[in-house]
Formats: sequence, structure tokens, C-alpha cells
Amino acid sequence: MIPTLLTVLPALSTDDNSWITFDIPSLMQNFWSATFDGLTFGSIYALVALGYTLVYGVLNLINFAHSEVFIMGCYGVWFTLSFLGFGPSAPNLSLGSIVVNLLLALIVAVCASALTAFVLERLAYKPLRKRNAPRLVFLITAIGASFTIQYTIFLVRGPVPEQALTMFKPTPIFDVFGTIVDSQQLLIVIAAVIMMVVTERFISKSRTGRGIRAVAQDPDTATLMGVNKEKIIITTFVIGGILAGAAALFYVMKIPSGVQYNGGFILGIKAFAAAVLGGIGNVRGALLGGLLLGLIGNYGQILLGNSQWTDVVAFVVLVLVLLLRPEGILGTSLGRSRA
Amino acid sequence: MSMVDGPTPLHTAKADQAAEDREAVGTPPGSSAAVRRKGWFGGLGEKWQELPRQKQWAVLIIVVVLAYLLPVINPPLISTEPGNDFPLACQTMAVWALVAVGLNVVIGYAGLLDLGYIAFFAVGSYVAAMLTSPDSTFLKIPYLWTIPVAMAVTMFFGVLLGVPTLRLRGDYLAIVTLGFGEIVRILATIIPAMKGQVGFQNLGHPPGLDAHGVPIFANSNGTPWYWLTLTILIIVLLLAGNLERSRVGRNWIAIREDEDAAETMGVPTFKYKVWAFAIGAGIGGMSGALMSGQVGFVNNQKFDVVTSVLFVAAVVLGGAGNKVGAILGGALVAYIPLRFTAIADYKYLIFGLALCLIMIFRSHGLLAARQQLLAYGRHAYNEVKARTDAKSAKAKAAPGKEASL
Amino acid sequence: MYRKKVMTTLAAAATLGMLLGGCANQAATPGGSTSGSGGGSTTVNIPALTSIETPKDAVLPAGNGKATCPSTTTLAYIGAETGANAQLGINIFNGIQLAINQHNKANAGCQVQFKKFDTEGDPNKATGPVTQATKEADIIGVVGLPFSGESKATGNIFEQQGLVHITPAATNPTLTTNGWKTFFRGLGNDAVQGPAAAKFMTGKLGAKKVYVVQDDSDYGIGLGKTTSDGLGSALIGTDKVTTGQKDFSVTISKIMNAKADAVFYSGYYAEGAPFDQQLVAKGFTGTFVGPDGLKDDQFIKQAGSASANAFFTCPCIPGELIPTFESAYKALANAEPGTYSIEGYDAATVLLAGIDAGNQDRAKLVNWVKTYDKDGLSKHYKWDDKGELQAPTVYGYKVENGKIVPIGAIGQ
Repeated sequence: MIPTLLTVLPALSTDDNSWITFDIPSLMQNFWSATFDGLTFGSIYALVALGYTLVYGVLNLINFAHSEVFIMGCYGVWFTLSFLGFGPSAPNLSLGSIVVNLLLALIVAVCASALTAFVLERLAYKPLRKRNAPRLVFLITAIGASFTIQYTIFLVRGPVPEQALTMFKPTPIFDVFGTIVDSQQLLIVIAAVIMMVVTERFISKSRTGRGIRAVAQDPDTATLMGVNKEKIIITTFVIGGILAGAAALFYVMKIPSGVQYNGGFILGIKAFAAAVLGGIGNVRGALLGGLLLGLIGNYGQILLGNSQWTDVVAFVVLVLVLLLRPEGILGTSLGRSRA
Repeated sequence: MSMVDGPTPLHTAKADQAAEDREAVGTPPGSSAAVRRKGWFGGLGEKWQELPRQKQWAVLIIVVVLAYLLPVINPPLISTEPGNDFPLACQTMAVWALVAVGLNVVIGYAGLLDLGYIAFFAVGSYVAAMLTSPDSTFLKIPYLWTIPVAMAVTMFFGVLLGVPTLRLRGDYLAIVTLGFGEIVRILATIIPAMKGQVGFQNLGHPPGLDAHGVPIFANSNGTPWYWLTLTILIIVLLLAGNLERSRVGRNWIAIREDEDAAETMGVPTFKYKVWAFAIGAGIGGMSGALMSGQVGFVNNQKFDVVTSVLFVAAVVLGGAGNKVGAILGGALVAYIPLRFTAIADYKYLIFGLALCLIMIFRSHGLLAARQQLLAYGRHAYNEVKARTDAKSAKAKAAPGKEASL
Repeated sequence: MYRKKVMTTLAAAATLGMLLGGCANQAATPGGSTSGSGGGSTTVNIPALTSIETPKDAVLPAGNGKATCPSTTTLAYIGAETGANAQLGINIFNGIQLAINQHNKANAGCQVQFKKFDTEGDPNKATGPVTQATKEADIIGVVGLPFSGESKATGNIFEQQGLVHITPAATNPTLTTNGWKTFFRGLGNDAVQGPAAAKFMTGKLGAKKVYVVQDDSDYGIGLGKTTSDGLGSALIGTDKVTTGQKDFSVTISKIMNAKADAVFYSGYYAEGAPFDQQLVAKGFTGTFVGPDGLKDDQFIKQAGSASANAFFTCPCIPGELIPTFESAYKALANAEPGTYSIEGYDAATVLLAGIDAGNQDRAKLVNWVKTYDKDGLSKHYKWDDKGELQAPTVYGYKVENGKIVPIGAIGQ
């Protein structure tokens, strides 16, 4: 082992010195655009991350199939828009009709995602709860469900992404230190943040929200106190679905060619990482984690020279954060959060 | 439940107890009642336990001989041909079984949810590739030596990863290991010496030529590779069985059932968790070296999250904590897509549905875990049983060791 | 629950209204979004090609119609039928199927069988099907494997079993340096395509500042290097992306800041198409150039209207411009010939001609291909001792009205 390592280590560093660089001028030059793009994508992560966090909070389950809940929303957006006559070029429509069309797409996406989440919970997870299955079994069922949904889409829609549809042409709104912020970026970030705030208020203030927190903290006691656990679980899944549906609209807006049978999987993993980074089970944590993950990835890839570094940097930061704060940045689970 | 002091992701004794209370399907192993959970394999375990030692061995020998003969018999319905060469499919299944046995040490015994096991598989593959392929600039050693070297290097990586991260619990560990798996794959792209998707060609293989001058261990010749992997699998199984029933195994299971209680009772939990991680990693590295030796080509394409998650699926499918179950699970997860290449479009749908259905209707995996914590477990069990059962004579307590399988 | 939904919807509506209001105002100003965009627009108008010359005495699969062979004689296609890159495989095996159909129709005494094996284009899954194919003694020639990675992983199996295979699509230059005697490449490799692409960009397209982006595939890396080398001082920057990546915003902002007037993407359309789309959405006005991995109708579908700025280079011949081939292919596959259809057809033709000439076992067929020196429908086929074609041609293509059309040979 020792001789092996001795030969491996120098070779890794001398073979080609250029594989790692610290390009600070480039980071300075591209800092603001990386920030805005990072926040845009980070908001999408955050919306999806909320779905993971909420379900994790009440069931202690990594819902691997949440990425498919999300991708069903993307298909909802795509079908609505192609039905409404959107095409590869930006449509020549008045502002009002674009808003109406996008709202329609949003509603369909939200319904598609929420319905998928609902069906998933009823068909896959409820039978397991009834049998009081171990937690790992939930996880594997989630993976199985994820495969099932993916390949059902695959059979119906084929392996390739759907025709890219353009919703509107992004136009500059204002600029910060010479970097343009366009309407698409602003729309995504503001809408996502509003949704997060609404969700947070809902969880912390409403009666159902209290129920969710109660179940998250202690399901048995919550049941004794008169909380209908089954109803709370279903509600949690549906809320996660609604947020995923909204994320789907923004995702398709940003990446029109992303509507593909397996298009949600990697995004789902990163969203889950975002949830853990912020503190899983914590609603504010999901927002913070999502935005941070978007920013860190972008800064990292500029600093280190190419975009293959994005995920490495993101995961290394995640590991470091967890080592310093084992419960994520904001820590605590849904039940105990003061959110 | 907050996750930090929440239950380990496995079926704990508490969960088992709750399940029994609810459905009265079984009792924890080792208790006096003989009613076991019903199911496809429900009575099998019990019957197996009741067989005398000699008969157990006889059955085992037959099973092993059949396993060795599998690629030669090439049973018609089971065969993956004409889509895929069957001996090669057997080799793939054997490698997956080995992976599942290794991961079972981490997940099944110690209860650590490792979603990045692929990283160790990858490290093993790269050790074999970089030390034998003409595409690499490192020193070259004969292929068979790469198997122990791969084990050593991956164990080293296991400790390296384990020491900082094993202080995390439950699902935090899951995401960290998942991240580690991704990092290894991406670094292979970024670091030029690891050649990313370009990969390493013409890996070495064990020596020997056949009558036509073609190597016996050619990458198209599945049978010798399968025999090699199967032999290693059996050795690993025997060792894992001994480990399971030793002090180490008992400590692992204590950690899995309740980490805090184990710590209180004087089990150095951290040390044993790192051990489980390192041993699991070593087996993973070995299977990586075996797989890449047979394929003869290594690049980073196959070391992705999906494969890593499928490894976990293999363990849980077979029944976490049960090494025979792990073999079954690993072989099955590898087999389904190979068997159904002819209906290529449907193979992963079938796979996903099978995963869901098996988990829903057989929540403890195909073969549920049995804890046989003592080397002379059956002896002790019978001893106790004999005492409580007034009518039975003490002679009923049959001497002999616990079965190793 | 209810209240939340309503609130979400309202909030979203309000935001949408606000922002689109902003953008509509902006859009009213003509020529709005140029301040951040890089470089001058290179509006080069190269006319599309409408016909190409086919060799007069090209060998056709039908032959002289008098061939005889055992009814077990089989040719095989090994390559992707499913998976992410299935379309390329479908293009190829339809071409082969067409050649075999024409041959069997003309030669009643020689009915050649055709078998297909699926590798999903994945090097790790390829050994099983290839072994299975080499074990079947009736298979005496193979067209495949289409991708460089899987060809690398399995070339030695063909070599051990003495089974000849002609790849219709794998373009990695190192494939012919393994000393394999059974490997033949039916098209030009990346060492030919890269310099041709560089010359095309700096010459015909008049690009002064080219940014090269490569993916992490064997193909993308190799081609990225040869293209960068060919560009010389016109190269102003490089970036690397990952297979499966969807968001390219950082790479794009680097390109915009570098004020590039052309971007060369060395990789496949799955990433190339969203890349081009995002590039144009950010206001890039230069040209986008990609190799054969991008030249597919899927590129246009996934890049949307952004694809109008795209050019492609390809060592493949526009089969759709050979009328006899185009109509026959359409009748068989109910689709236009795709990328590499004609390469598949020609490769199968070489093997069929060998069978007709009496080379009906593996050893003889290898020899036949080694000494082959005739015109095919697409080009002249004569291999050197390594298995490379001697005079491959690289063609240029562009996107016109949502279709890929050829613009003639480039790089000479």
C-alpha cells in the first residue's frame, strides 16, 4: 500500500499541473453575474428542497421520488404551454396574455405535482406505514417509485427531451456594477422567496401548520392530542408537491430543454443536499441552503477554472458545514423550529 | 422526532416489537416461541435451524456445486441469452452479490446508511486499472496482486472518510457519503491522471492461456471470472459469518439497535463504526477490482449516484443484516436488467415496480435478518429451551456449532 | 391549506405582473439587450448544398445478383438500440437493414441474415453483447460499435475471435493505435475533423475570437484538443462542462466577458442544445459551431429558435442528397436518413460484397476488408494498415428554417 501511494501521489500532481487553478481575476470579473445566476438557480433548488424538508420532518424519510413529483410538474408546464400554442421562439403576445398563460401553466403544474405526491403517498408509503416497516424500507420503496415513475414517462414520451418552448424573452431590468439583471432572474427569485415566506407563515401560524409541527415532533403524542396524523401526512406531501410544481414552472422557464423522463433526478439530489445544508426539517434552512448551494457552486467553478468543479465544491462545502455544525446551518427539525 | 437522536434507519428491536404487537407475525429471534413470521421464505429459516449439522453441510455443498456449475448448465428460462452472454451475466451477478455482502456489513450490521458505497467500488476499480493498464504511467504489478492492494487502498480511504464523518448520524451520514461518491466520480474527470471518461484500456488479468493462445481470463470469457469471484465471495462469506458472531459483530449490532445505549454499556462505538466502514470499503474495493478486471476497461461513467443507490437497494431487498439475503438481493438487482434486455424499454420499469412491490409485501427483505450473536448460539438456545420445557430431556440439546450460513 | 394555495397563487400573479410589466416596457425600446453581449455578429451566409456527386462506379449491395452463400451467413449490428443515444444507433441499423434487404432481393442464392445486439452505448454493458455475438459462429462480420468508449472496451474481443468490424461512427483517433487487425473505421477521425472545424471557423465563418467548450467525454476531449490546436491565436478561452449538465450560466458569462464571436462546443447535443439556447437567451450574437455529436434534429428541437446560429462539422456524407438512397431509406424506415445512416449502409455493403465474392468465413472476410479498394456510395473505401480510411472528407452543415442542411466539404 505504501509504495502504491508513493507512486500515485506525485503522479497525480505532476502529470498535468493545470487541472487545478485559482483564477481570482476571473472570479472578480464574473462575480456579479455568478451571484445573480446562482441566486436564480438556488431559488429553484430551495423550492424543491422544501418538499424534501417537509416530508423528512414528519416522516423521517428521504423521499427520493420527490424528484419525480417535480418532473411531473415540468411535464404539466410543457403540456399546457404547447397546448396554448407556445413554440421554440418567444411568442408575440401582450403582457396580459403572457401572465394568464403562465398562470395557467403554473396551476396545471401545481396540480400535476400535488397529485403525483398524493398518489405516491397513498400507493407506496401508506401500505408501509400500516405495516410499520423499518425506515430503510421506505427509502428503497422511494427509489423503486422513482424508477417506476421515470420509466413510465420514458415509455409514454420516449428517451429524448421535449421540444424546447420559450415563454418570453428575458429583458434587462437594471444593472449592478455593469452586470445586467434580467426579468427572468428577478421573476424567479422574487416569486420563489414569496412562496417560501407564505409556506413558512403557513407552517408556523395556521392550524394545519401546527398539526404538521406536532406530528414532526412526536407523532404518537400528536395523535393523542387529537391531531389526525394521516391527514397531516397527506397535507405535507401535497404542500411539497405544490412547491415542486411552482419550481417546475421556473425550471422550464430557465432550461426549456429540461423536460425529460430523468430530468429531475440530479436536481433532486442537489435540492436534498440544499435541505441538509440548511438543516433538514427546517423551512428557513431550505431557503438558505438552496441559495447557498447555487452561489457556492457558481463561485467555485469560476475560481477553480471550469464548471466540472461545481458539484465537487458544493459537496465539499456541505461536508465541511456538517462537520462543524452536524445539524446543518440553521439546525433543528421542523417540530422544534420556531419558524 | 429529530433526526439526530432518532432511530437508526434499520429495523430496530423496538420497531420489530411494534410490528409484532400490531400483526403478531413473529417474535424476535432467540426468544422461546417458535412462531416465525410468515412469508415466501417464512418457514425456511426455522427448518434450516432444525437440520442437523451434517445435513446442513450436505445441502450447502450441493448449493455451492450448483452455483459453480451455473454458467455451464446455462438453464434455459433463467439464461440471459440471446441478449447477453450468460457466463458474463453470472460474473456481473457475483460481483453485485459481493458488493451487497460488503455493504451489508456497513448497513446491515452496523446500521450506517452509506449512499456513497460506489466510491469504494470506484477506488478499487481505479487501483486495478492504474496498476495494470498500459494507459497509466504508474508502476505495473500482476493483476492478482491488485486485489489485495485494492482492498488495502480502499480500506485506507474508508478510514479517511469515516473518521471525520462517522460522528454524524443517520441521514446526515447518508448525504455526506452520497456527496463523497459524486466527488470521486467528478474528480476522476478533473484529475488528468485518472482519465475521466477516456478511461483505461486493456487491464491486466490472471495468467494462463488456453489451447488457442487466447488468455483464459479474457474479458469475453465469463466462466473463469465467475469462478474466481464466486470463490472470493465464499471466502468473504465465511469470514463475515465469523465476524458477525464475534465480539465485533455483537458490538455492531448493539450500535445498530441503540447507539447511545451501546456507548453507555462501554462499547467504543466510534471505533467499531470506523471498523465497519473500513471492512465494508475493503470488500467494495475488491469487487471493483474484480469487475474492472473482467470488463478490461475502466472509466468513470458507471460510478454514478444511481448505481450507488442500487447497491443499497440490493442490500435492503435481500434483507439488511442477512448475508445470504444480501447475495440474493445483489444478484437479483444485477440480473433483472440483464435478463430483460430483449424488452429493453421495459426493463427498468419492471425493476422499479419489483422494488416497490417486494418492499411493500416483504418489508424485511427477501430473507429477514436473524441475529445469531453467539458462536454456540444454537447450543445455548437449546439449553434454555430444554430447561423451560419440563417434559423434554436435556439430551435434546444437540451439540454442534452454529451454522455458518 | 386552502388559504395557502390562494395566497401562493396571488403572490405569484402579482410577481409575474410586476416583472413582465418591467420587461414589456424594456422590450418597447428597439435593440434592447446588447450592452452585455459579446463580440460582433458574424452573419455569414453560406448557401446550402442541394446535391452532391456520387462516384459513378460505386459498389452497391445488390452486386451482380449471382452470389451464392449458405443460408446461415449472418451480419450483425452491435451498438445502442436503447438509452440516451439510441437515435444514432437507429440511424445506423436502418442503413444496414436497407443494404441487406437490397442484397437479398437481388441475390436469391444468398440470403444474408441480420442480427442486432443492444449495448446502450455504454462501455460497461458492451462486453456481454459483443461476447454473445462473437460466440455465434454464423456471424462473420459486424457493423459497429458506434461510440468510441464502447469500441475501446470491446475491440480486443473482436481481435481474439478474428471477427471483422467496421465502425460507422466512432471517431476517436486512438482506436486505431491498439494494433487490432479486425478494426476498421468507416469515416474520418477527430484528428481530421478538429483541424477542419478550426479552419472552417477562422476561414469561411470569419471568426476572430473563438471560445472552445468541451464536455468530459472521450470524444469531446479529443476533438476539443485538436480543434484548439488548429485555432491557434484565434482561441481566446476554454471551459469544460459535464455530461448531464443543464445550467451553463457561468460558462456563458465568461464567454460574454471574453467578447467571443464564435463558440465551438465539443460534445453531444444533450448538453450542446441547452448550452446554445442559454447562450442566445443571454444575448450572444455570434455563431455556434459543433461537431457531428451535435448534428442531429434533436439539437434543433432542444435549442429551439436559438439553433438558427448553429453550424456543424461532420466527417459524414449527407446521405439525404443521394436521391436513390434517400427514397429507399424513407420507404424502409419511414424517416429521412439521419447522421451515419449512409455510413452504416456503406459499411454493410463492403461486407456484403465480400460475402458475394466468396469470402464466407471470418478469416477471409477480414482479409477482404483489409485489401478493399473501391468506391462506396458516400466515398472511396481503402484502409491503411491500421484501419483508418485513406482519404476522408469533412462536410459542413448549417441550420436553415429549422432543418440541418449541408453546405459542402470544408477544411481542404
